[in-house]
Amino acid sequence: MNKAKAYFSHQLPLIVTAAIFALLFATASHFYDGFFSARVFISLLSENAFLGIAAVGMTLVIFSGGIDLSVGAVIGFTSILTATLIEKHQVAPGLAWTLGLAAGSALGAGMGSLIHSYRLPPFLITLAGMFLARGAGFWISTDSVGINHALYGKISAYEWVFGSVAIPAGALFLVAVILTGWVVAHHTRFGRTLLAIGGNEQSALLMGLPIGPAKIGVYTMNGFCAALAGIVATLYTGSGNPSMGIGLELDAIAIVVIGGTLLTGGRGHMLGTLLGVLIFGTIQAAILFDGRLSSWWMRIVVGALLLVFILLQRFFLRRKSG
Amino acid sequence: MKAKTQSPVLWPLLGLAALVLLNAVHDIGFLKITLLDGHLYGVPIDILTQGSRTMLVALGMTLVIATGGVDLSVGSVVAITGAVCAVLLQGGHSLALTLAAALGAGVVAGSANGLLVARLGVQPIVATLILMVAGRGLAQLIVDGQVIIIKNSAFEYLANGFVLGLPVAPLLVAGLFLTTHFALRRTALGLFIEAVGDNETASRFAGLAAARIKALAYIFCGACAGLAGVLAAANIRAADAYRAGENMELDAIFAVVVGGTALSGGRFSILGTAVGALLIQTLTTTMYNLGVSPAIAPVPKALLIIGVSLLQSDKVGRWLGGFFGKKAAT
Repeated sequence: MNKAKAYFSHQLPLIVTAAIFALLFATASHFYDGFFSARVFISLLSENAFLGIAAVGMTLVIFSGGIDLSVGAVIGFTSILTATLIEKHQVAPGLAWTLGLAAGSALGAGMGSLIHSYRLPPFLITLAGMFLARGAGFWISTDSVGINHALYGKISAYEWVFGSVAIPAGALFLVAVILTGWVVAHHTRFGRTLLAIGGNEQSALLMGLPIGPAKIGVYTMNGFCAALAGIVATLYTGSGNPSMGIGLELDAIAIVVIGGTLLTGGRGHMLGTLLGVLIFGTIQAAILFDGRLSSWWMRIVVGALLLVFILLQRFFLRRKSG
Repeated sequence: MKAKTQSPVLWPLLGLAALVLLNAVHDIGFLKITLLDGHLYGVPIDILTQGSRTMLVALGMTLVIATGGVDLSVGSVVAITGAVCAVLLQGGHSLALTLAAALGAGVVAGSANGLLVARLGVQPIVATLILMVAGRGLAQLIVDGQVIIIKNSAFEYLANGFVLGLPVAPLLVAGLFLTTHFALRRTALGLFIEAVGDNETASRFAGLAAARIKALAYIFCGACAGLAGVLAAANIRAADAYRAGENMELDAIFAVVVGGTALSGGRFSILGTAVGALLIQTLTTTMYNLGVSPAIAPVPKALLIIGVSLLQSDKVGRWLGGFFGKKAAT
């Protein structure tokens, strides 16, 4: 009984998030005809595939009590890098993707090393990383580059037909990344170390946990995720654009927080991030379905949700410690 | 080490001097200031005028960072107040009312941040992120997604006018800097802020109203951002809710850090911030002059900030200290 209660209170943020998603989706289905369908539900995932992938990496970073503001810029950089390599230099897509992923991971590793070795604030260093990546992206090309490779057409046209439902490649990518992230976060030593660091770095150090490798590793992994998101973005739009993903880091952070992960680190759940993507997508789809509401309502609603969740977190924490 | 703590303005000043020298070597016309129609013109004047908004935002940011926090929402506040100005002026309201409303909007935004951080104990990055995300949406809501053109010569005068041959905006900002500097350094207020930033619990035990001091810092920062929003709208004679104040929080934080204020809080330098903001603006202008594409311009900024924060970190400080110590011994 007690165990069940403890489990329930531990998973409370996740349950609240799930309830909010159900409520939002039900409300939207009630007001808009045709909203309640598998097609709309799948589109919540496929429309936000690259944002969701970036949010998975961000979840891990936030677990460790850090933050990474460079993901949007890394997405822009990777997208233009792969597009230029494939179109202008006739590099095979596989090799171009590998190079893009390597570049993103290298930037992440560099930032992580600076943050860990010199005890610099993560938000400042990743801000610098954002400028670097954005500048590098525009240095490659200031214009959008279209990709006309046969493989690209094949992948973006691919749909996994499941009964009467067709799931596009983007949604499949996102689900695969979230599942991988879930395993890494909750079923590996690395994931537990991250949560321990986020909870209390000093105690984690005293417990003999490998703090340095874990912190550098998590920024590397996030760089990898952002680069992957950039590649998925090129698949989604069929082009690379250096200005892609401006401000995306804020959406990614918002999704993580809405997903019930504590922004101070140490507590959260990867499945919450999946729910966060779904909530974000539902708001977006509802505004699109309505047609009368302007796009800026998106920002206001997301801001309001952020506020609600952060206040809820405060409330729970105070009650726990008090 | 001693010299570093004694004069935080020294390093940014040296950097600024080096940049100006680089420009002067590249093109001596950089330093030229001409008198035209009784007004001063020239690149240095441009830097002062264009840099005035960043300086203003950085002034508020200095105090917030000194309390150990940070305010990410200033760019959105700039967009909000610009939108407020445009809508009110378009509605035929007086300039005084418009300015009061704009400043009021900044104060309200700052109060919201202050409430979250000081009273509810939310992490500063998180608390101000909310307004950063929602604020730009609010600004677009106020102007209904349009770019509103402002036709009011008195309003425009604030940003582009001249008084006694000198540009108005930099004078205004310089006045605010000096007032703030003396208000904080000639009274105990500056010390209070540093005490709260250094160790909040200890400052509370020493009898300081730590929460109130923190909240006031955010309100002051909001007001500064509000005023900067007025200047930004007056400068381009329009309210652009999409672009106004974009990346301004970054420039402001950079200016503060470059100016020698520690990001961990506990000490600040108002004059250092002024020099830091000028350094950032001069760097931007230098890029233009050297023909660097504006798209790549963020890269040197990023390198500068990494370099400065490395210099400020303990590890490098110890290493440098050891290096210089050895040198002195031989």
